[in-house]
Amino acid sequence: MNGSEVMTAENIEDAATSEQKSARRASSSVADFLFRKGTGVVAFIVAAALLAIMVSLVIEGWEALHTFGWKFLITSTWDPVTNVYGALVFIVGTLVSSAIAMLIAVPVSFGIALFISELSPRWLRSPISALIELLAAIPSIIYGMWGLLVFAPRFSQIEPWINDHLGAIPWIGVLFQGPPMGIGMLTAGIVLAIMVIPFVASIMRDVFMITPPALKESAYALGATTWEVARHVILPFTRTAVTGGIFLGLGRALGETMAVTFIIGNANNLSASLLMPGSSIASVIANEFTEATTSLYKSSLLALGLILFVITLIVLALAKLLLLRLDASLEGKKS
Amino acid sequence: MMSLYTKRQLINLINMTIAVLMTLFGVFWVVWILWTTLRYGLPAINLHLFTQDTPPPGAEGGGLRNAFVGSLILLAIAVVIGTPIGVLAGTWLGEFAVKHKLGAIVRFLNDILLSAPSIVIGLFAYAILVDPLGHFSAFSGGVALALILIPVVVRTTDEMLRLVPGSLREAAIALGTPYWKMVTKITWKAASTGILTGIILGVARISGETAPLLFTALNNQYYSSDLWHPIANLPVVIFQFAMSPYANWQQMAWAGAFIAVVFILALSLGSRWLINRNGPKV
Repeated sequence: MNGSEVMTAENIEDAATSEQKSARRASSSVADFLFRKGTGVVAFIVAAALLAIMVSLVIEGWEALHTFGWKFLITSTWDPVTNVYGALVFIVGTLVSSAIAMLIAVPVSFGIALFISELSPRWLRSPISALIELLAAIPSIIYGMWGLLVFAPRFSQIEPWINDHLGAIPWIGVLFQGPPMGIGMLTAGIVLAIMVIPFVASIMRDVFMITPPALKESAYALGATTWEVARHVILPFTRTAVTGGIFLGLGRALGETMAVTFIIGNANNLSASLLMPGSSIASVIANEFTEATTSLYKSSLLALGLILFVITLIVLALAKLLLLRLDASLEGKKS
Repeated sequence: MMSLYTKRQLINLINMTIAVLMTLFGVFWVVWILWTTLRYGLPAINLHLFTQDTPPPGAEGGGLRNAFVGSLILLAIAVVIGTPIGVLAGTWLGEFAVKHKLGAIVRFLNDILLSAPSIVIGLFAYAILVDPLGHFSAFSGGVALALILIPVVVRTTDEMLRLVPGSLREAAIALGTPYWKMVTKITWKAASTGILTGIILGVARISGETAPLLFTALNNQYYSSDLWHPIANLPVVIFQFAMSPYANWQQMAWAGAFIAVVFILALSLGSRWLINRNGPKV
């Protein structure tokens, strides 16, 4: 607190005696100190929550990690009867379903962002953006229900076609052979894609919109087509933030639980085909946690949670680092 | 032989058509999912839903009263715990740590917490509140939801406070106002709409969360308002009923899903309306 500033205020308050004034000055500086430190402590508690989550998961998962060691990561057995647990099936399931999701979501989001920023008439921009963002507001349990009860039965009618056509391609054909059940890894990937599209698309749209018009217009003036501007001007300019947005979407997809639990099929074994049921880390925790009776079983599930947390932490940290510059430029635009 | 110009135009046309189709593809899913919840949910809504509790397996009738009440209790716990913590932490970031190195770190960690998988947060709540106490409880579910709400509130509070013009602060300090009084009486007031919007959006987000409740609040077939025991809640009931083979349970799940979606959309629209009404200034 600056002395001269305090004087100005005190001149107005003639009634106060000098003792009262100095007492008030002292108490207000104490209050300021407490306010600043108090809010600071709360902020650090919030930031420390991440660390606390990590520590508690390590403690709770220690029994499993200690019993199985590194083999926990590469064992594909998950057998509550013989009390042997390995995370491989679920790690693969998580990575594969998220990979399918990103393969679909990235091009779709790019198309949506391009449409909104370059093609759409002005009046259509915000309705379309709002509709796409609605996808993010729908709770994941609704995606799961819809996926299981509405989408999967429809999708199982398409699967014989996938078997016949994609399944016949050499090398990758084996991915698309399997019984037409409707649920499975591929279905989970598709529904995950729908869920992450709004996140990826909105970041892409934001960065496409802040690409300097001078850059775009000079390319147009040279006779470039809209696609050429997008491909050779907008995309190179926004590359970092676009990658950040993709990682953010990936972080969402990896940790998504309820929708995946409904439709991934919950089979605890690996299979080459994407049409076969599988399991992800999140889905096995959601399914089995309340049934886990032995402490090693429960500890293994918590260790799975730790693995998921570490994977998403790395992905999200990368995303945030890539997006730091975007935050700064958006800030600059606001002020 | 196609000229280079025609070829470029053609590539452009094809890619732009794809962009339009992708947008339609995105919109298609929103419409399909919302239409489904409307189509199955609306016919399943009746008065019993709000006056009767969840039925046992195989029984006819019943409603979702205990789940609605339980969900509201959980949301209340989350808001009571999450709002003050979120606003205070956001205040430190937005008032005291705008250009601070520590502030940047806290902001970074908070953003990661914002996107952390909700099931992991549920496991954390289990580890600190369910395991030590030995039983599932509504309180632990509320804490898990609060942990998801907090980063949302921190972020909006921080952003909204930073939008408050510096001249407002300088004017208050020039009059000799202590800093804490300036923040609580002036900048909080100026940013109140924005902060409120953040809280509403946070509540919208946690009201559909299921994963963190599976092993904290668990579920309860009966009506309960006891914070120290398992409590029924809408998302977990929807999960259980939708996965069940009973037709009336599935119908009730659709009704619950419809109500949840309407509730969440109302909150989102409400927050949009709040922002628009007060203009873009803060």
